[in-house]
Amino acid sequence: MKTLYLVVPFAPLVGALVAGLLGRVIGRTLTHTLTILGVAVSLACSAMVLADVLEGNTFNGTLYTWMSVGGVPMQIGFLIDSLSAVMMVVVTFVSLMVHVYTIGYMHDDPGYQRFFSYISLFTFAMLMLVMSNNFLQLFFGWEAVGLVSYLLIGFWYTRPTAIFANLKAFLVNRIGDFGFLLGIALVVMHFGSLDYATVFQGAPAAASETVELIPGLTWSLITVICILLFVGAMGKSAQFPLHVWLPDSMEGPTPISALIHAATMVTAGIFMVSRMSPLFELSVTALAVVLAVGTITAFFMGLLGLVMNDIKRVVAYSTLSQLGYMTVALGAGAYAAGMFHLVTHAFFKALLFLGAGSVIIALHHEQDMRRMGGLRKYMPITYLTAVIGSLALAGIPPFAGFFSKDAIIEAVHLSSTPGHGVAYIAVLSGVFITSLYTFRMLFMTFHGPERFRESADDHHGHASHAHALDTQAPDTQALDTHGAPGHDMPGQDARGHDVHAGHGDAHGHAGPPRESPWVVTVPLILLAIPSIYAGWAYIEPFLFGDLFTGVIASGETSPLTKLADDFHGPAAFVLHGLQAPPFWLALAGFVVAWYLYIRRPDLPGSIASGLGGIYRLLANKYYLDDINQSVFAGGARRLGTLLWKAGDVAVIDGFFVNGAARLVGFFSGVMRHFQSGYVYHYAFMMIIGLFVLLTLWFARA
Amino acid sequence: MLFGLPLLSLVIWLPIVAGIVVMATGSDRNAGAARWLALIGALLGFLVTLPLFAQFDPSAHGFQFQERSSWIPAFNIDYHLGIDGISLLLIVLNAFTTVLVVLAGWRVIESRVSQYMAAFLVLGGVMNGVFCALDAALFYVFFEATLIPMFIIIGVWGGSNRVYAAMKFFLYTLMGSLLTLVALIYLYNVSGSFSLPAWYELEIGLAPQILVFLAFMIAFAVKVPMWPVHTWLPDAHVEAPTGGSVVLAAIMLKLGGYGFLRLSLPIVPDASHALAGLVITLSLIAVVYIGLVALVQNDMKKLIAYSSISHMGFVTLGIFLFDELGMQGAVLQMVSHGFVSGALFLCVGVLYERMHSRQIADYGGVVNSMPVFAAFFMLFAMANAGLPGTSGFVGEFLVILGAMNVNFWYAFLAALTLILSAAYMLWMYKRVIFGPIASQHVAALKEISAREALILALLAAAVLGMGIWPQPLGAVLDNSVADLLSLAARTKLP
Repeated sequence: MKTLYLVVPFAPLVGALVAGLLGRVIGRTLTHTLTILGVAVSLACSAMVLADVLEGNTFNGTLYTWMSVGGVPMQIGFLIDSLSAVMMVVVTFVSLMVHVYTIGYMHDDPGYQRFFSYISLFTFAMLMLVMSNNFLQLFFGWEAVGLVSYLLIGFWYTRPTAIFANLKAFLVNRIGDFGFLLGIALVVMHFGSLDYATVFQGAPAAASETVELIPGLTWSLITVICILLFVGAMGKSAQFPLHVWLPDSMEGPTPISALIHAATMVTAGIFMVSRMSPLFELSVTALAVVLAVGTITAFFMGLLGLVMNDIKRVVAYSTLSQLGYMTVALGAGAYAAGMFHLVTHAFFKALLFLGAGSVIIALHHEQDMRRMGGLRKYMPITYLTAVIGSLALAGIPPFAGFFSKDAIIEAVHLSSTPGHGVAYIAVLSGVFITSLYTFRMLFMTFHGPERFRESADDHHGHASHAHALDTQAPDTQALDTHGAPGHDMPGQDARGHDVHAGHGDAHGHAGPPRESPWVVTVPLILLAIPSIYAGWAYIEPFLFGDLFTGVIASGETSPLTKLADDFHGPAAFVLHGLQAPPFWLALAGFVVAWYLYIRRPDLPGSIASGLGGIYRLLANKYYLDDINQSVFAGGARRLGTLLWKAGDVAVIDGFFVNGAARLVGFFSGVMRHFQSGYVYHYAFMMIIGLFVLLTLWFARA
Repeated sequence: MLFGLPLLSLVIWLPIVAGIVVMATGSDRNAGAARWLALIGALLGFLVTLPLFAQFDPSAHGFQFQERSSWIPAFNIDYHLGIDGISLLLIVLNAFTTVLVVLAGWRVIESRVSQYMAAFLVLGGVMNGVFCALDAALFYVFFEATLIPMFIIIGVWGGSNRVYAAMKFFLYTLMGSLLTLVALIYLYNVSGSFSLPAWYELEIGLAPQILVFLAFMIAFAVKVPMWPVHTWLPDAHVEAPTGGSVVLAAIMLKLGGYGFLRLSLPIVPDASHALAGLVITLSLIAVVYIGLVALVQNDMKKLIAYSSISHMGFVTLGIFLFDELGMQGAVLQMVSHGFVSGALFLCVGVLYERMHSRQIADYGGVVNSMPVFAAFFMLFAMANAGLPGTSGFVGEFLVILGAMNVNFWYAFLAALTLILSAAYMLWMYKRVIFGPIASQHVAALKEISAREALILALLAAAVLGMGIWPQPLGAVLDNSVADLLSLAARTKLP
């Protein structure tokens, strides 16, 4: 079994290294075959590991000692239990789907091998993160997935918007990691260990410890630790106000939006908090913070999904909002419900992203929904799977999302975390919002009149057009270290959004859109299946069974314990759900979307103008980007300039150092000899001088 | 001892003798011979450090490979050498770096080749002397002697404003160390010898301890450099030839940190504790203030120079936490900074040789013409931003852990480097490497040569190796750091 544990992360790593270092040599087919093989092996092993874990065989052991200082062992090791095993299967499954899909999506991209190398590397990093048995490796994986995310958002590195987005993503994540690292340091300070088991064991005893960060003010140690760790989760899982990087990350190719920015990496924060649940359980304050942040994210980010026109951005804001739901579940103390939503969401959100990608290729890299419509008859498989994904996202029973979202809402209702009343109202109204933006997207894309034949010049104000400014092709290779440069010269061809060679034909002149090839549709179908049944099938083990017993903390007060009393199987859950407000709210969202985007498509425009200020607030994403840009980014630059010009140049150099300016002037006279060939004479003189000086002083002494 | 040879003397004098031999090849007509001789000398210099590593006993305490003979009996000055784990790592790093700079200067330096190569070999030997010396007078001579070759390197092969920079470098550091000499003489007067181990046992009152500490601190703070005596470094780097910058950043700055460890802490422990707050404050200012200043630099070399200062703040911070995690972190940070800053200056050198500009604004889209180079540069930029899995993470992580043991806010301010270093490195990377091709010159850039790739690959291997498995380095340090901490924990007040 131990070998199997090793195979899971390292098979994708081997694939990544081969693709990255030898991709140019071995060609495209071999590259994708090898990387897909690596991930497939990893998935198979993960499934075996999960089966083994379900039989009760868990593992907690060290791989090697990274370092050992001051009595603190720092090790790399695995903790294999139900939580990590479930994550391993989800990560490798979605990753495999995305790998296969990429064959179709990136078909014409000159960076084909590099892309496969990155996504396999990502899979490795994510697996190391979830399989870790200690904080050190967790942080390794945490930053490594951030690195790959950075590389992939900036995959088309000649685009100004892409390289702005990836820098922003990395920096915002680093703000989260800053808190995370401090949390880890505080853990080491108090527990003297980085090992989960040791820390969790000592946690109850530490519950009464306090720290005095500001003289006179004492906080509970566990609260401070938990909040700092959660700051890390806010960065990675894009919670308000550190969410700003995620919508911009859509600049990356669509397969990675599905893999990294919907299904796996962004859920790392949720996973981490679940993993740390023995700590969070000890601090009501920390849970209240988690609940508040999750509530804000779930509600306000959902609203933004209503006004976006770029199909990927709608899905991105939807992801933010759903991550908010998961965070709310954590804050309510229903960690298992958060994990359950994480799993179902991974399936249906990856499905929706890949579906969006399928549409985007069919329309030759058009992402604006105002230029779509009526696609259902051209792309039946994409349409059907998108319908399934939408039903799951909107929480319509008996699709997967219904079970996980309903469980969260119920859990919040029964929770005892301060602020759960407000959170309950927010997540309830969020159901209506979710349903509305989901079906708005579905209707604008697949129903209604066919708008994709209109000329590209007809509309503006759509972010992707900035890319038309790029006049050169992405290079055939960038950050991998092999081969001779085979780059295109600038100005060779103009490219638009998500454009690869071979899609050079202009918008709307290529005949009707066609259904995507099988490498694209098969992953869609395979993701649609769990989007249908995963909720029904897994609600019992996840929430009310003993899958997570002893792994995720759940105290007497856990809302799930109360919820379990009313649970009588998935069928009863559905029946109960049909009579509860969330279902009717979801249905209302569907009806309103139908009315606004099928029946009266003229209405949304007038509503928008009627709302005026509110609409502008939403369309500008609450102006958060502008604030960050001018206050934080600009502020840091202004402060840096001030310190440099006033501190270094004016005061230190100008006043103190050049106070010795005359000395410098004197020496530069001597220095002239340097350029006339007396170098070594002078050096020799200096050595002699030094010795004479020494001798003189010694003599005096 | 290998075959009974005095290894430490070999480590010091072999490169110096090699340097003299190289210089003897004379004019540039024999440049080829000078290059090859220099490479052989540097490689031999590196090879003789390997038996040190192999025979070093990490389980032992105290100094190893000791050599001792009388030098100036009149003043009881000995030629006394010996190393602990801290010196060992710095010596190996130094010998490794010397090989790299010889390779890096291979095609680039075309005038006075023999003198250029000789200067680096001599400098390498002299710096090994600093790391080996156990006699304060010997230490001081080596410490000051490092100035001469570096002064020449900047002054002769530097950029257009090299004279100003060389003088600023020289005066700053010379002035800094004059007071040290006074302190050394004072200690000699009190103890009757220059032996460092003897000084470790010397009783000194608090007032003289503080004066001695301050005298030492001025010299070492200038070398590190610490805020506010850092302004010589950006100028020196900007004007120095690539090799000079590499050695300056990778090794010379470490003389300051090493001085604190070898002299200040064990000789005047009470004063070190009393003034730790001052050093920690200055270190944290360096991390944050200099990090912000690095953000707004327009010149790549200046940016990396400021980043160097900011990272060296971790070294002084780690040392003065008096914590095992912090101090090991400080030493490992020195080693890692040697690899990473050296690599970054080499990367800038690669671009400068092709474009003759260090201005960020002149670049953009370099990845299009130099993808392999871009990959290396990315790795080193990330290492400088402290990415886990690279050497840059190890020291900073340990120092932050150590700082947390002492004070939450120390850790808080130090950890800001996570954000700042990522901001200045990646923002520069974005403007230089990514984006549309900025000009015809960028479009015409040639990919790195095999020689350049070899240098960067060696450094990349070091950066990754140390990041993935630092335990072998930590094992060498364990006892040395523990010894030093116990020396520093005693009171020496009479």
